[in-house]
Order: sequence, then C-alpha cells, then structure tokens
Amino acid sequence: MTYLTILFAAVFTDNIVLSKFMGICPFLGVSKKLSSSLGMGAAVIFVMTFANACTYAIYHALLAPFELTYLRTIAFILIIALFVQLVEIALKKLMPPLYRALGVYLPLITTNCAVLGVTITNIDEGYNFLESTVNSISVGIAFTVSLILFSGVRSKLETADIPETFKGIPSTLVAASIVSLSFMAFSGMLN
Amino acid sequence: MSYSREFFKGIIKENPTLVGLLGMCPTLAVTTQAANGLGMGLATTFVLIGSNLVISLLRNVIPKSVKLPCYIVIIAGFVTLIEFLMHGFVPDLYSALGTFLSLITVNCIILGRAEMFACKNKVLPSILDGAGMGLGFTLSLTTMGSIREILGAGTWFGIDLPGSIQPMTFFIMPAGGFFVLGCVIALVNKIAHKKPPATLGCAGCPNAASCAAAKEGCES
Repeated sequence: MTYLTILFAAVFTDNIVLSKFMGICPFLGVSKKLSSSLGMGAAVIFVMTFANACTYAIYHALLAPFELTYLRTIAFILIIALFVQLVEIALKKLMPPLYRALGVYLPLITTNCAVLGVTITNIDEGYNFLESTVNSISVGIAFTVSLILFSGVRSKLETADIPETFKGIPSTLVAASIVSLSFMAFSGMLN
Repeated sequence: MSYSREFFKGIIKENPTLVGLLGMCPTLAVTTQAANGLGMGLATTFVLIGSNLVISLLRNVIPKSVKLPCYIVIIAGFVTLIEFLMHGFVPDLYSALGTFLSLITVNCIILGRAEMFACKNKVLPSILDGAGMGLGFTLSLTTMGSIREILGAGTWFGIDLPGSIQPMTFFIMPAGGFFVLGCVIALVNKIAHKKPPATLGCAGCPNAASCAAAKEGCES
C-alpha cells in the first residue's frame, strides 16, 4: 500500500516538474516533440533508478558510518556523473539499439537537477532501499508524464496567435502554469 | 573602467535569469517569499564568486578533457561550505530552502560562467563577473519573490502591508510561479524592445551541443 502511495504522490500530487520545479530545463527544452519527450523520459527513469541504488549504497555503507554525511552533495554529483559516463560506454558496447535510442539524452542527465534532487530527497525522507527505488522510478515516470503532456500542449501553442511580447518562452511558461494548475486538482487526495 | 563593466553587465544588461534564461529551477521554486528569494540569491552569489575565483586560478592547470568533473567538484565544495554556514547562522532559511541549497551545484548559471568566463579570464575580472551575475540573479529572485508574496500572501518580507489586498493564493502555488516568471520575462522584453527569446539560454551550458541534438529527436 505504501508503495502505491509513493507512486501516486510522485506522479500526481507532488509532481517533480510541475510542483517541485526540478528539471525545468529539459521540461522546457526537450518537450517540443513527442518522440524526444519519450526518449528523454526513458533515459531519466533508467538513470534515476540506478543512480539512486548507487548513492543509497554509498551513503549508507560509506558516508553514514564514518560521519561524512555533509559530503553527500559532492559524493552524489560525482557518482551520478560517473554513472552516466559508464552507462554510456556500456550501452554503446553491449546494447547498440538501446544506445541509439537513448544515447543523445544521456549526457544531458548529469546536470539535470531532478536526478540529484531525487537522490537527496530519498535520503532526507529516510526511505529504505525498496521505498527509495520505488520513489525513483515513480519520479522518473512523473517526469515522463509531464513531458509527454506538455509536448501535446506545445504543439497547439505553435499555431496559436499570441501577442508579440509573449511569443516564445513567456507563452510556454504561462502554458506550463495552466498544466501545473490542472495538476493541483490532485492535491489533497493524499494526506 | 572595464572592471566596472564586468561587474555591472550581469545586473541588468546580461541578467542571467531574465535575459539569459538560466537557472530556472531555483527561480521558480524558492520565490514564494521575498526573503527566500534574497537568501537563495545571496547563497548562489557566494558559490559563484568562490567557484569563479578557484576556476580562474586553476585555468591553466585543469586538463580540457576532465574540466566538467573538475568544475562540478569545485562548485560542490563551495555549496557544502555555504550549507554549513547557513545551517549555523540562519537555520530558518536553511530549512526553508531545503534541497534547493544542494541543487545550487547543478545551477547552470554557475557552470555557465565557469565555462564562458572564468576559464578564460584573470582572477579579478572573474570575481567581479561572478559578483555581478550573482547580484543580477539575486535581484531577479527578490523581484519574483516580492511579486508573488505581495499578491499571494499580502505581505512583503513577512511584514503585513497596509491597504488590505485580498491575497490570491494562486500566486504562491507552483502554477503562480510559472505564470509570474512568464509575465516578468515578457515585461522585460517589452521594456527592452526586444523580441522574446524562442528557446532557453543554452550558450553557456556545457551540454548545449548534446541538448540541441536531443531536441531534434531521434526518429529512428
């Protein structure tokens, strides 16, 4: 039951992009097409899940016993950067089709604040390993859902007649505001 | 003369948030109150000055092939430092900013300035550049925070405003953040008589090339 709650909270009530504001750059940058939204989303789910496993292990096996928890920001960002590099090399050698599908998105993920954000949140919330894995996958799904929904909104926005000063990024942000508003309908469903 | 230019360009003319469109995540997330925006801005300024200083000093030492990991470690070091300082001196602000304090590490303003300025320039101009960009960021965050706090809660820096405005909770909710930022950017473009940018400011981002590739989408 708690796992379902985590999933529901991550995707609907506390959506990582629309209510926690992490990963805004890819949300605004890569959501122009449905295919790139799907690719980016899949890459984020993949990296988040495994990066969380690495950071969880390092935090509880290395940082916590030696009371070095204040080093977690440095440690986590290095682990994520290293992990993304390794995945890129491994996929290229072992699974070329998957690499062709996700390869372009992988380098973008190192500096995606959603990945660092979710690993830190998992520690702050005191999740155990299974809960933090479920949370990472859910947050990845939430990211993908919002990217896909927003790519639909943007394709309508392209043809809309907008005042000159609002063209481009300002209108995109206002559209994001309306999408975010609709997600607020879910708030209050979980306490 | 040119030193003052390095300092002042970041505040208005090349303002990283409203003109450069960098660092969107903290701009939207922490600006529910003017004080939080100011605190986040000053924390980022501290990290920016520190990282620009160190990267500028080491610009001839860091090999090109590993510069991104080097920059990230330097920046993360300063972030850890400011986390300690804020935890000790302003614990309320520390808990209000929460995760976003750690996320300064991946703020693209800082990586962008390292990549565009500090790795090519001498120490003093780099410090001034960092200070100017940081203060520009602080200014836009405080402006955003003020608008949202006044309209959404009827207070400014926690002080009740006279002439009772009916607070509109929408503005301190996440949706209000997107809305206010969109309007502020449109206003800045109107005043500056500029066409609004069609895309995010990716010039300074180390991922600009791969991001552009990803935007094309892989149809295969």
